[in-house]
Order: sequence, then C-alpha cells, then structure tokens
Amino acid sequence: MQADEDKSLDRKDASSQDQPRTLERSLSTDDRVYEAAAVAGGLSTLVILAFIGLFLFVRSSLVFSQVGLGFFTSTSWRPDASPPEFGIVSILYWTVIIAIIALAIALPVSVLTALFLVEYSPRRLRGPLRTLVDLLAAIPSLIYGLWGLFFLQPHLVGVARWLSDYASFIPIFRVKEPTFTGSAFIVSVVLALMILPIITSIVREVLEQTPPGEKEAALALGSTRSGMVKSVMLPFARGGIIGGSMLGLGRALGETIAVAIILSPSLIISPRILETGTNSIASLIALKFGEADELSLSALMAAGLTLFVLTLTVNFIASFVVARSRSGAGVDA
Amino acid sequence: MRNFSQVQDATLPADIPRSLRSWRVDDFSLLIGTAVAGISTTWVIYTALTPATGKTGFFLIAYLTFLILYVMICALELGRQTAFDNLWTVLTWSAALLLLAPLTTILLYVIVKGFAGLNGDFFTKDLSATGTLDSGGGAAAAIVGTLQQVFIAVCISVPLGLLTAVYLNEVKGRFRRPVRMFVDAMSGIPSIVAGLFIYAVWIIALGNVFSGLAAALALSILMLPTVTRTAEEVLRLVPDGMREGSLALGATRWQTTYRVVMPTAASGLITAIVLGVARAVGETAPLIMTSFGSTAMNANPLNGAQDSLPLFVYRLIANPFAAQQQRAWTGALVLVMVVLVLFTIARIIGAKASGNRR
Repeated sequence: MQADEDKSLDRKDASSQDQPRTLERSLSTDDRVYEAAAVAGGLSTLVILAFIGLFLFVRSSLVFSQVGLGFFTSTSWRPDASPPEFGIVSILYWTVIIAIIALAIALPVSVLTALFLVEYSPRRLRGPLRTLVDLLAAIPSLIYGLWGLFFLQPHLVGVARWLSDYASFIPIFRVKEPTFTGSAFIVSVVLALMILPIITSIVREVLEQTPPGEKEAALALGSTRSGMVKSVMLPFARGGIIGGSMLGLGRALGETIAVAIILSPSLIISPRILETGTNSIASLIALKFGEADELSLSALMAAGLTLFVLTLTVNFIASFVVARSRSGAGVDA
Repeated sequence: MRNFSQVQDATLPADIPRSLRSWRVDDFSLLIGTAVAGISTTWVIYTALTPATGKTGFFLIAYLTFLILYVMICALELGRQTAFDNLWTVLTWSAALLLLAPLTTILLYVIVKGFAGLNGDFFTKDLSATGTLDSGGGAAAAIVGTLQQVFIAVCISVPLGLLTAVYLNEVKGRFRRPVRMFVDAMSGIPSIVAGLFIYAVWIIALGNVFSGLAAALALSILMLPTVTRTAEEVLRLVPDGMREGSLALGATRWQTTYRVVMPTAASGLITAIVLGVARAVGETAPLIMTSFGSTAMNANPLNGAQDSLPLFVYRLIANPFAAQQQRAWTGALVLVMVVLVLFTIARIIGAKASGNRR
C-alpha cells in the first residue's frame, strides 16, 4: 500500500512540476567515427547491389536499342546471323526448368534429411552428420561439374534410357533422338545435390524450433512418431520449407560452372528433359563470353541482368518467408 | 474393470522396463528380409524384362521394390499405423544415407583421378614451356594466382563484412532490417553476375586490363555475404551483460566493440573468415571474365592476365590430351584438399569457440 501511494505521489509530482528531460547521446569523436564507419559498411551492401543492377542495365542498353523488347520474346540466340538475333526466351525456359527439376529432386530428400537430423537419428550421429552436410555445401561448383560429367553421367544415362523406354507414357520422359548425355535431367540431378545442403540446413534450423511441448502433447495423445511429425513438426516448419526451397531455387537458377561443364547447349524449347540439349543463362554467359564482340557482349550483359533480377526476386521472397518463420510469427503456442 | 485388471496382470510379472523407441530383433529381421526380397525381385524383373540399363537403375528399382514390400508386410503383420510409422523411419534413414553417397564418391573419385599427377613439379613449375602432349610442368602459376587473388579478396571483404556485421548487431542502425535482407539476397547472387559486374565496371568503364586484382574484386563480392552473415551470428552470441558492463565502466562504444565484443567473439570471427575463403577459393565463373587465365607465371596481381587453380582445371579438362586432363584432375584434387583443410580449420576453431562460451 505504502509503496503504491509513494508511486502515485511521484507520478503526480512529475506531471505537475517536472518536465521530462530529453535524453541526448553525446558521443566522443572516436564513437562518431566508429558509428559512421559501421553505417558506411552496412550501406555498402545496398550500394554494391544497386551498382550491379545499374551497370548491367547500362551495358545492356546497346542490345536493347538493336533488338528492342524482342530480347524477351524471341527464342533465337544467333550472334553470327545478319542481323544478329538475341532472344532469351528458350534459354530462360531451360534455366527455369532445370532449376525446378533440381528443386523437385532436392526438396523431399532435404526435408527427410532434416527430419532425420532433428528427430530420427541417434543423438551421437547428429553432430558428424551436420558437419558432412555443411561440407557438401563447401565443395566447389567446379568439382561438382567434373564429378557430374565424368562419374555421374554414365550412371544416369542408363536411368534416363530406362525411363524413356518404359515410362514414356509420361510426356516429359519421351525422347525423339535416343541421346541422353548433357540433358536437363542430368544437369538437374547435379544441381539438386548442390542445393541439398542449403535447403537441409534451413529446414533443420526451423524444425529444431518446434515447441517441445507440442511434440510431447501429440505423443502423449497416442500419436505415432510419424503422426507427430506430420501433424506438428511439418506444419510448424512450413515457412522454413517454403523459404528454404526458394533459396535453393535461387541457387539453382544462378549456378554456372557445374552446369556449363555438363550441358550441351540447345535453343529448342521442348518438354523432353531426358534428351540431349538444354541451356541456362549463367552457362550461356560463361561459354559465350570468350567469343563475344561488342554487341553480343551487351546481349550477355542483358542476360546477366535478367538472371540478376530473377535470382534477386526469388531470394528476397525466400529470405522474407524464412525470416517470418524463424521469428515464430503465426505460431500460437 | 476387466480391462484394468488385465493390464495389471500383464504388466506385473515382467517388471523389466521396456527400452523405448528401440527396434527389436523382429523389426530388423523384417527390414533385412524385405531388403533381400526387394533386391532379388528386382534382379528377376530387371534382367528378364528390361535388360542392360546399368547399375544405378537397378538400385533405384530395388529400393522402390523394397519400400513397397516392406510397407505391405508391415501393414499385414503390425497394422497400418505401424507400417506408416516405419515407412517414415526408413525414408529418413535412406535420405541421410543418400546424402553421404555423393560426398564419398566425389572425394574418392577426385583422389583416384588426381593422385597420379601429384608430384613436386606440380607445385613448382608452370605450363609456359610445356606442350599439350608433354608430361611435366605444373600449376605453380595457378597456385600463386589463387593465393594472391584470395588474399586480396580477404583484405577487401573481411573489413567490409565485419563492419556490416557490427552495424547489424552493435550499432543497430536504422537500416538494420533492409541491410540484413540485402545481405541475404546478395548471398544468392550468381557468381557469374558478380564477374560480369566487375568486367563492366573495372575493365570496360574504367579501362583496366584483365588482372588478378579484378578477380579479387569479384571474389570479394561473393565472400562478403558469407563473412557478414557468419560474423553477425557470432556477434549475437556475445552476452549483452559484457557490453553493458563495459559501457558502465565508462568505455566508449568503439572501445566496447573493439576491446570487449571482438575479442570475445574472435574465434567465431576467424571461422567466418575461413568459411568465406573456402567459398572464394573454388569459384570459377567470375574469373573467366576478370583474370582470364594464362599458362605463364604472372606474380603481379595488378597487371595482366593471371592464372588460378579453378581456371587451370576448367581450361585443361576441356583439352582432349591425356597429359592435360591429368593436370586438371590433379588441380581438382589440390583444390578439394585446400577446401577440406580450410573447412576443418573452421570447424576446429568454431568448436573451440562454442566450448569457451559454455
């Protein structure tokens, strides 16, 4: 009681007599320099990103003045033709297709692996396995490309032939020519391996934050472990799974060297993913850069700009979704 | 009532606690049995009906057959719920095992292919005097180039990355959220776009020539988000009490960051740098348009085309001659080893860091 009265007295006094003092930060010179430097450092990221977009745009103006918006509607990329033709549609098509197939392969495996790391694995295996997943992410793209071309491709060609022989009732498995090397399918499998660790670690992070109370409640109500996973953990991690797969998609869209090593370039839009011939913007730039004159260099810059905008958009959405699910928004418990 | 007494009767005599969640002999024998059945069924189907499609296909089909058989038998013997539960367990285990397969085969394949070319010459000679058919010569020029480029990239990206991490976590400025989002987005920038950007700015707009420095600039763009994110996470682990204690004792903010927060997080920050280096060492795509590559030694990163290990491998693997391909594989082996060593260093330092904190 006494304390309450004191408090109310204080408050009355404060409101009648005293004005709240405005707080001021007085920083020393050191601190001013320090804060200014940190702000500059923080903003440098924004500046670099803005410059990348700006410079690619400026450099690609030449090709836009030549072919106009035909760049986004034409499927032919022929620098040698007269007049030269630059159209990104077929390349963009294949870029998106191989990224989506890669995601379709990687997503189930990484969700299951993340579940294994969080829920199913023996406790002793967790640390080492997590390290191995991180190591998979640290292996350079170039090495994936070499391994994919020389080791994996001969194995996958057999699978592709089998699919085209016996599963061709599904339209995407049909082939016109029975050649299987350098196909969208093979590129996608290698890409899938490369994006696996990224998706796995994000999904694992989110799964680890499932409230233990809810998991225990499900088990206490008689749920099996798989029932608990399905009704508690997976719904909880939905944001992380969506965000993680979009981050993976962003990586797959922009992956360069591994794709450039394996694929056989093709400009034909077709649904036949098992057949030789596919493409990607990043590998187009890597492969055509050496032989580019001024105009086709500008076209490559425009292609780079397209890729930049595409990956940036995908990544933004992804980091937004992941950030939301990390902070636990939309969770009642 | 009757149920209750039954339960008691059933549980009283055997008072040994059942081990929870463990698998019994039955479960294992069921698993192994169906695995064998799956493989044999596949062998029959595969060899008789759809011959000559290679080992990988065989394993895929065998796995699918095994899954179907396993679920069917579980459903018959143990009920549908258990069957479903076991299916999930088996699926998660197989996903984890599947992940190990590429890792082991990549390492083994690169070691087997590259080991033959590993000798002293590889580290001490360049290819300027070596014909495509000759043996001998080595990757000295490439190794020197990689070392210089990565070193310069570290010198650019580490201060910038640390400053950004400090901005995000110590200064807590007004643009914290957009900066964090942009750092995230930047980590997804395709490496080839970073290369194109440096080419557009450094080589076209500013009129410089191909050089190791240009490559280092592109690499630092790629390292920056890795360093920033890891460093930020480490700084977040420093307890606020230490900052408050330091400020309460009269230290300025700069002193707090430099003398208290940074030393506390030092090992974690080194991990951040090492992980950034590991990312930069293996990057190939941006180097095509910045340092270009060359067969001769060029120890001056400021001027002229310079070779580097990834470019060395990328260029020579496309060569039809065995000697050149051998060099490429050896280069790949060295590259993988460097990444492995860096990764291990980062792990050891990182483990020490988390050990200290507890």
